[in-house]
Amino acid sequence: MAERNMTSNDQIASKNGPGFQQIGQPLDRIDGRAKVTGAARYGYEHIVSDKCAFGYILGASIGRGRIVAIDAQAATKSPGVLLVMTHKNAPAQARFGEPTTATPREVFTRPRPVLGDAHIRYFDQPIALVVGETFEAARAAAGSIDVRYERLQGDFEPELCAATYRPERTNAGFATDTSAGGFAKAFAQAPVKVDATYTTAFESHNPMEPHAAIAQWEGDRVTIYTGTQTLANVRACVAGTLQIPLDSVRVVSPFIGGGFGSKLIAHADIMLAALAARVLQRPVKVAMTRQQMFANAGHRPLSIQQVRLGADRDGKLIAIGHEVCSSTARFEEFTEQTGVFTRSLYAADHRVTRHRLMRLDTNRGEWMRAPGEAPGMLAVESAMDELAHALQLDPIELRIRNEPNLDGTSLDPDRGIPFSSRNLIECMRRGARLFGWERRSARPGAIREGRKLIGHGMAAAIRPNYIGPSRARVVLEPRGTLRVQLDMTDIGTGTYTILTQIAADVMQMPPASIKVELGDSQLPTTAGSGGSWGAASAGSAVHDACTKLKRQLLDLPGIPPGGLQAEGSVTRSAEYDRYSQHAFGAHFAEVAVDLDTAEIRVRRMLGAFAAGRILNPKTARSQIVGGMIWGIGAALMEQTLLDPLHGAFINHDLAEYHIPVNADVGQIDTVFIEEVDERANVFGSKGIGELGICGAGAAVANAVFNATGIRVREFPITLEKLLPFLPG
Amino acid sequence: MKSFLYERATTTQQAVDALAKRLDAKLIAGGTNLLDLMKLEIEQPRHLIDVNSLPLSSIEPLPGGALRIGALVRNSDLAADSRIRREYPLLSQALLAGASGQIRNQATTAGNLLQRTRCYYFYDPRMPCNKRVPGSGCAALNGFNRIHAVLGASDHCIATHPSDMAVAMTALDARVETLSAAGARSFPIDQLYRPPGSTPHVETSLAQGEMITSVTLPPPPPGRQMYRKVRDRASFAFALVAVATIIDADSVAVRNARIAFGGVAPKPWRGIVAEQALLSARPSRDALEQIAEIALADARSQKHNAFKVPLAKRTLMHAIAESTRDG
Ligand SMILES: Cc1cc2nc3c(=O)[nH]c(=O)nc-3n(C[C@H](O)[C@H](O)[C@H](O)COP(=O)(O)OP(=O)(O)OC[C@H]3O[C@@H](n4cnc5c(N)ncnc54)[C@H](O)[C@@H]3O)c2cc1C
Ligand code: SF4
Repeated sequence: MAERNMTSNDQIASKNGPGFQQIGQPLDRIDGRAKVTGAARYGYEHIVSDKCAFGYILGASIGRGRIVAIDAQAATKSPGVLLVMTHKNAPAQARFGEPTTATPREVFTRPRPVLGDAHIRYFDQPIALVVGETFEAARAAAGSIDVRYERLQGDFEPELCAATYRPERTNAGFATDTSAGGFAKAFAQAPVKVDATYTTAFESHNPMEPHAAIAQWEGDRVTIYTGTQTLANVRACVAGTLQIPLDSVRVVSPFIGGGFGSKLIAHADIMLAALAARVLQRPVKVAMTRQQMFANAGHRPLSIQQVRLGADRDGKLIAIGHEVCSSTARFEEFTEQTGVFTRSLYAADHRVTRHRLMRLDTNRGEWMRAPGEAPGMLAVESAMDELAHALQLDPIELRIRNEPNLDGTSLDPDRGIPFSSRNLIECMRRGARLFGWERRSARPGAIREGRKLIGHGMAAAIRPNYIGPSRARVVLEPRGTLRVQLDMTDIGTGTYTILTQIAADVMQMPPASIKVELGDSQLPTTAGSGGSWGAASAGSAVHDACTKLKRQLLDLPGIPPGGLQAEGSVTRSAEYDRYSQHAFGAHFAEVAVDLDTAEIRVRRMLGAFAAGRILNPKTARSQIVGGMIWGIGAALMEQTLLDPLHGAFINHDLAEYHIPVNADVGQIDTVFIEEVDERANVFGSKGIGELGICGAGAAVANAVFNATGIRVREFPITLEKLLPFLPG
Repeated sequence: MKSFLYERATTTQQAVDALAKRLDAKLIAGGTNLLDLMKLEIEQPRHLIDVNSLPLSSIEPLPGGALRIGALVRNSDLAADSRIRREYPLLSQALLAGASGQIRNQATTAGNLLQRTRCYYFYDPRMPCNKRVPGSGCAALNGFNRIHAVLGASDHCIATHPSDMAVAMTALDARVETLSAAGARSFPIDQLYRPPGSTPHVETSLAQGEMITSVTLPPPPPGRQMYRKVRDRASFAFALVAVATIIDADSVAVRNARIAFGGVAPKPWRGIVAEQALLSARPSRDALEQIAEIALADARSQKHNAFKVPLAKRTLMHAIAESTRDG
């Protein structure tokens, strides 16, 4: 990947507010060495006191129905096999319950029994766990289990699935539908209109580290070693499922090989390990195979989105409609909040957003990097490009004309409250300048280099900023080392590093004297990593703890012989509800489309972001670049194929589920606009883990249109969708 | 994975003897395909014969300007070989367009020829698949068949052969050399692969116990060589369509033409009729279109792969146009 450092990070660093010396510096990853040398242990790799047994999951070979008979005799007698667990002999667990929970929170903590009964709800659902002395023994034996099914007709084809329903709320507790003004009439009368339907595909997270766990019991207490984004969720889910007190569950997760939302809740690997370890009175480790992850570790639902934009001839939006239908599972509801950002992005007097669900016989969808914005912005920001084209207006100018603004104040059009800060225009202007937007031809298909068509596109980015209740403890040891302790996780984002920087700044200590300890549920509870709230939440708690510790120190002549400690915390402030908090950005992309083959390759991208104070420009850049690459994937290649007959995710490996490789990425530049959002949190920062993907795919798609004049509304834009329309 | 006996052969004869002894024996070379398939229990050999210590890793010139490539020459080494790059650039290009650097370092010439299809359904033992379990049906016919064959398929199997290297070798008229209890033999690479017909599980013409020892390339034919692989991402993806061409022409006449396709058929697909048509044509735009029509005349597509037909035509026309361009 080409890398050019044109960011204004260095300027940002030098302009830090008083008291911030480490914050804002591009400090190298604290955990980098441990990771590249293999010293960092992941879920499957922890060394526990007793010899571990190995579990292998057998998955169902039908998509909907019932197990009529399961014969595990041969497997049980197979050499090296210790246990074969099926629904017939699995220990009792709590019931799964209704498809929806009483509160959005309970989705994360509800019991998730495994091998609970004979019902098959989705293809590859675990139907047995074979535990052996070795992984190989368990896997070989799993192959000899004989299963007879009663097959039911499943719904696997979204096109055939006409029946949709209105969920109670969307993910994260948003209203399902909103409306303002009179959309239908206003849209009908608008002089310029776009009415387009876009579809997005199932996608799979595919973190590098597969979902895996080791469970070890000591009496009635269990320790789970795993890779999770939020320890508290796993702890609550394990306790609830096994019907044991919360205090009896310890979760350990110091290093995580990526999560992207797929490690927010406990999956079958964890529960199966816990059950088997209890039966065998011996630690058991279970990992999903890459193939099993596609069905069992979450996916992004597919969506069908109708976007209607009505504008006057000057490009002022009169009506915005964003109506989404996405897939959910029959047995558990997940409503991706695909239309929610549309409520806050642009102003228009007449607005409607709507979420509907179609039930399929798959596993439930889960939170996948920027749930809502990622698929939703593909559609809405493509539609804005279509509108700009219809109006013959520059896409940036169109967006500027539709900034929500009332008497000079930037107001969230949906909630009617001010934005805490909103620098979208600055992102677009700065990005355009650095990208060389003026090189874009307003007329599509106009730039040709040999047998390639060249195009440029842009899109806006918006992503809400969250904060979650969190606590932290700091312990100053007599010899001057500061231990920072919390059950926060570092899923590869750089949490170890920024928490070190935060503690160093508050305590005015060198980073080398600070030891951040994460990923153990015995430490103070945090909101974990998810929704891009990690840095603000955990960071604020650490800031508070350090501030308290420092205050104690002021009254003392030195560190007392027994050391000193303090606890800190953060909750949502009143400000949080008084202001609409979002991070913003603008993406720019240049693509080349081969005239003969329709192959699309991204040559370069640039993203400009306003995300409050950047705590560490190096780790921030990594997050943003990663997100932008995900945008390329969503626009051009990522799709998990659900076989219409069997209900299996059929391209379930990394050879056939395509994500961008280095050669697909070209040059990526990022720039952070100087911004400090004092209403957001004590640092003035905003979340960035998901911001990079928001809108990135639309910029690529818009560049494809600009290159070819062909608008593909069915994502991903694979070459056969362009080919018939290219000149011969 | 089923447990198996492992044996390392030290001579080629020993490998062939061991292979002949048991029906459930298999050779393992780089293992980049076989091991994946064994883990999924798609291949279940009970006896593995490791051929990696055999003296089959060299590229040797033969009298008359031909070249012999040992069965164990790694894909990376073959692509980097100076004679290959100079005289058979098509082969080098095809190899480098395949897989990833790590896989090419491990993958061997014989293993590459004998790698199995990437049909999704072949890779999931729970799916009906005539190639994996004869008579069980073909899930691809009514499933996702975007990556499947448009030429040479049957009602029993529409899988493609995934190799890039084999397509280049087919255009180069390579020959395969083998050893078995019956002795050594040599035959054109085109005869290595069998049409699927009603027995898609029988993929090659190799007899039980027959081992590939080398591939020979005749002296390079005159003309420009080109390998164009069309794929879903810039690297590390199998071909949707690949076209290998060797064309000796100027603006007046075509003196020699070879055309082979990858990604469209159960085997590397030689376009003999199109080659002949090209010989008698002046390379004009109309003629190119006609030749592309001829090359794909027998194409039969499925629900999701119809695009391969125009794609193969366009890619071929582009390759011919490039090869006949002056300068
Ligand atoms: C993710 C991925 C992407 C890939 N992408 C591409 C691509 O884009 N293009 C491409 O062309 N290939 C691609 N490949 C395939 C790769 O080229 C093959 O796996 C490799 O060439 C096989 O060689 P090997 O030596 O590892 O074979 P092995 O796996 O060792 O063997 C393969 C088969 O050949 C048999 N065999 C081996 N040697 C002999 C012999 N001497 N005589 C008789 N039988 C023998 C074995 O018994 C086995 O059946 C990809 C592979 C992977 C995993
Ligand atoms: S196309 Fe061939 S390999 Fe694929 S499922 Fe059908 S029979 Fe099997």
